Formats: sequence, structure tokens, C-alpha cells
Amino acid sequence: MSNPATLGPAVVGGAAVTRDTARGARPRRTLSRRNIMLYGTLIVISLYYLLPLYVMVVTSLKGMPEIRMGNIFAPPLEITFEPWVKAWAEACTGLNCDGLSRGFWNSVRITVPSVILSIAIASVNGYALANWRFKGSQVFFTILIFGAFIPYQVMLYPIVILLREMGVYGTLTGLVIVHTIFGMPILTLLFRNYFTSVPEELFKAARVDGAGFWGIYFKIMLPMALPIFVVAIILQVTGIWNDFLFGVVYTRPDVYPMTVQLNNIVNSVQGVKEYNVNMAATILTGLVPLTIYFISGKLFVRGIAAGAVKG
Amino acid sequence: MASIVVKDLTLTYGSVNVLDKLNIDVAEGEFIVLLGPSGCGKSTLLNCIAGLLDITDGQIWIKGKNVTWEEPKDRGIGMVFQSYALYPQMSVRGNLSFGLKNAGLPRDEIDKRIARAAKILQIEPLLDRKPAALSGGQRQRVAIGRALVRDVDVFLFDEPLSNLDAKLRSELRVEIKRLHANLENTMVYVTHDQIEALTLADRIAVMRGGVIQQLADPKTIYNKPANLFVAGFIGSPAMTMLPGRVENGAGEATFVVGAERIPLAGYDGGGTGATGRDAILGVRPEHVAIRTGDAPGVPATVDIDEPMGSDSLVWLRLPNGQTISVRTSAEHGFKPGQPVRLAADISKASLFDRETEQRL
Repeated sequence: MSNPATLGPAVVGGAAVTRDTARGARPRRTLSRRNIMLYGTLIVISLYYLLPLYVMVVTSLKGMPEIRMGNIFAPPLEITFEPWVKAWAEACTGLNCDGLSRGFWNSVRITVPSVILSIAIASVNGYALANWRFKGSQVFFTILIFGAFIPYQVMLYPIVILLREMGVYGTLTGLVIVHTIFGMPILTLLFRNYFTSVPEELFKAARVDGAGFWGIYFKIMLPMALPIFVVAIILQVTGIWNDFLFGVVYTRPDVYPMTVQLNNIVNSVQGVKEYNVNMAATILTGLVPLTIYFISGKLFVRGIAAGAVKG
Repeated sequence: MASIVVKDLTLTYGSVNVLDKLNIDVAEGEFIVLLGPSGCGKSTLLNCIAGLLDITDGQIWIKGKNVTWEEPKDRGIGMVFQSYALYPQMSVRGNLSFGLKNAGLPRDEIDKRIARAAKILQIEPLLDRKPAALSGGQRQRVAIGRALVRDVDVFLFDEPLSNLDAKLRSELRVEIKRLHANLENTMVYVTHDQIEALTLADRIAVMRGGVIQQLADPKTIYNKPANLFVAGFIGSPAMTMLPGRVENGAGEATFVVGAERIPLAGYDGGGTGATGRDAILGVRPEHVAIRTGDAPGVPATVDIDEPMGSDSLVWLRLPNGQTISVRTSAEHGFKPGQPVRLAADISKASLFDRETEQRL
């Protein structure tokens, strides 16, 4: 089709009519009405959501005199990191005056074992429920899922008694156990559904190849389940890090997680309200889930199982 | 010695009998094809033989050993699946060696077996690739290789060619046949494709509703189907079924359909035993000749002509309104609407009882 003139008689005196010379990719207008509407709306909405974050960052970088002037949207005239240092290391909650750092390390000590333990157990649960249907597995699964719908408040006090009897009430161990148990329904569902989607023939092939329960789990299923593990880690890290209720109920002040400590710093009523310190402390607490989102977003690898079935 | 013996195999899901008291003996080195429409229980039977499904009742013997309660790995079988079922995170070499490592074989033995299998299947250049980087045909070769390295006497194939395109399918079909000729293993092959069944099998077991309808060599299955189901399932285009009645006319059995009388003298056994019964006469497209002029035969009108390259399929309409297909040479010259006469080769036809649907 090198010569458009052969396509039709519409070429008059060398001035080609557009329709008859059309060729290649269809042209697209970037500034169409539709695009302006679409991107305009998107920009307005994102500004709306970003504004509070902007205010927090800006306020945390100001000194108290500047904050008192009341221009909350104005960028800081003089940037100071002192509120951040204070929030991390000096802010007082009750008798302790070592800031959020104590709570941060407590939260790490709670989150890491809880995440590892809950995911390890739930993935094996899900794998067993998906591939090794045993008698009563359906009933077991239903009961487990039912657990996800019972409000936490109902179970708060019974668990206090349970932990007391076990001798772990008020300790980090107790809180880790609570988090692991409460993560179980949703995580098991997550893993079970993922493992059910793995082609059954893969599982059969591994059985013919002589792999047992753990052999298939570790050598076949686990390497294929990376995407769902990332999802589970995101869920658990953010969920457990942001938890306030269990932290405040099942621990003592010296092992309070970061969220509880943040609350105590922000709500302490002695002296002046240090808005800049509060803002800095809040950002610091939210930083961990935020980082997890940014890093792991790229790890959502899709189609890892693509080679197993016809692709 | 029989290689696989299935005795009274019964499999029940709830109250549904998927397999009902099924018996089959597979001889050493035999190629058995389990053929049937979807849901007939053929794959289920294969999974039972492999030990991937727990059976409700009956026994399975492989190589003279009762393996009814054995794990799949201990049954001395290799299995090839429809979706290839390659482990996606392992290289081809990893896929082939996985079972051998689980069995605790020494390294040099594993390498030796992989080398041999790779040579037979011509997948040597692919050994370090991941399954995702292979084409469908290559993946299925690797899957066959995984059964091959296990060095077993019994191969089980579960619709291995169904996911491939037509050209690859016919290529791999030939390769599987060659593989069987070279290895002389016992092979049980599940398919719903009758061409695969007819080309590959030593014997075909046609199944329906968890029951084996007929177990015989491909020629018998094709020429002497045991019942109406087998007759209708095998053959493409399908056999034409003419409902009628067997009567006694002038000392020999005659098949009466409408106003036409077709003498059954040439039929296997003469058909005299079926006198007075309602019956169905089945004729294959290639066993009917189209004649013009005043030649004797059943009158018919040419309806549609389907040229197929090497030959041609002519659809005709009989006086009773039924259509019949006839395979004829590509240069036949029949026009739609043309009146002709049909003569069937009764010696190659099949006669079924209309009530029991069994062959007469």
C-alpha cells in the first residue's frame, strides 16, 4: 500500500483527502475533552488526599513560634529537625522520657515474630486444606472462616483470662500469640484460595514423583507462592503494626507498641501542645507500613505459575 | 503375564458410582487406549491405577503385585498429564531429576538417566531452560521425559496431546507410537480423540458412564462395534443409523426400512437369528456406493457435497427424510438435487437390536 492513490479515486490534483491517505496507527489527541475531565478529576482527588500529609510534614519541620502564627499551609520559614529528634528520643509518656524509640523497638519485637509465625502456620493450613482434603476439612475450614466474623471486643476478656492462665499476660509473647491467632482465618483463606488455583495436575505429578506432604510444600508449592506471600506479609505487617486495641489491652506500659505510645505522647496534657512533635511522631509511626507498600509493590510478581499450564 | 489387572474396581462419590465393578487386564507391553466422551470415567480410572485417587472397592495389581494400597511412587508407574504439569520454578533438568532425587538415587545415575531420556526425546539443548521458555510441544516432551527417567514398566498418559495444536498433535502422536515400539513398555492412554485411539492402540476400551462398553483391537471396534454407543462414537463422520425391522423374505433375512427391502445375506451370520425384531442398520460413509441410472439400490437425492481434498463427502436425503453421508472420490460429479441410488456393502454394515442396543 505504498501508493495511496491506488486505494481510491479521492486524490484530486495532488491534494489527498484524509480518509483515503489514512495509514498506520490511529492518531490520538492528548488534550481531548475526555482526557482533561479525567486527569482534572484525578488531580483534584489526589490533592485532597495529599493535603493532610503535606500539612503534617510542613508542621513537623516548623518551630513552635512559627506554628502559633497560624498559617498551617505555609511552608516552613526556617526548617528545623528538632521536633523529629524530640519525638523519637525525648518525648515523655508518663515517667519514661525516651520518646517513640522504645515503642518502635517494642513494635518490631511484636511484628516480626507475629508475621513469621502467622504466615508459616497459615500457609501450611491453606496448603493442607487445598490439596490434602481430609475428612471434616470442610467443616474445619468453615469454623476457621467463621472466626473472622466475630467482633474482637467479644473475645477481649476471655483472652485476658487465657493469657493469664498461660502466664504470658502483659508480655510480648502473649501479644504475639494473640496476633498469630487472629491472623489465622483471613490468612488461611488467602493461602487456601491461592493453592486451590495451582493446577491440580502439578500436585499429582509431584506425588507420582514421590514427594510427600512436606516435600511438595517446600519444593513445589512454596516457590510458586511468592506473590501470595508478599500479599500476606503486607497484610500482616500493616495490620499488626497499626494495631492499637490488642497492644493496649494485653501489654504493660514498658512494652507498649509504638501506636499506643504515640497515642500517649499526643494525648499527654501537661504543658503546651507541641504540634510539631506530634506530627513528627505520627509520621514516624506510619513510616513502617508506608515503606512496606513502597518496597513490596514491585514484588507483586504475576504469572510465576505461567510455565506450569499452557501459556 | 498381565502387566496391569483391575479387579471389580468401584469408585463412589457420595451416592454416585463413578466406576462400577470395572475389570480390565492389560498385557505386558500392550498399548491400551481408554476412549470415551467427557465424564465417562476414563481419567478417573487412570488416576485410580496411578494411585492418585482412593478407590471404594476392588483391587489393582501391577506386575503381579497388589498395589491397591500403595502410594503412587511405589507402583512403578510414570505419568504424563494434559497440562504437562511441569514444575515452573525448576529447569528442565530439575523437572526430570525431581522424582529421582526423591527416590534417593546417586548423582551419576540421575545424570545418566536424564542424558538417556533427553537423547530419546531430543530435548538435550533445552535441559537448562525453564518450562516457561518452552513451546507446548517441547513442554510435553519434557513431561514424557519425566516419566521416562523413572525407568518404569508402566506409562500412564492422561490426554497428553489435547492442549497441542493439530500439527504438533499428529507429530507427537507418531513419536509416542515410536516410543512405545522402542521401549516396549505397557502404556495406558486416555483420550477423547478417536483418531489418537485408532492410530495408537493395540486395544481400545470404549467407556461410557463408568462402564467399559467394548474392549477390542481398533479394527474390531471400527468394523464390528458391540453396541449402538460404540458405533456412533467411533468414526467421523458418524455411521448412518437406519431404523427398521428384520423380516423373513424368500428364505433369507431382509432389513425393511420404509418401502425398501435390503437383503441381509451378506451380513455376518446372515442376520436370520434376528428375524421379527425392530433393529437399526448402521452403515459407514465409505461402505455405501452411489449409483446413477437404473442400477438397483435405495433411491436418494443428493443434498450437499463437502470436498475434503483427498476425497469428498456427499450428504444425501433418503425417501423417509433421513440424511446419509457417503464418502466418495473427489471427482464424483454429483450435483445437489440429483436423484441417485445407494447400495450399501452389507458385509461391512452393523445390525443392532433397537431395544437392547446390542449388536445382532
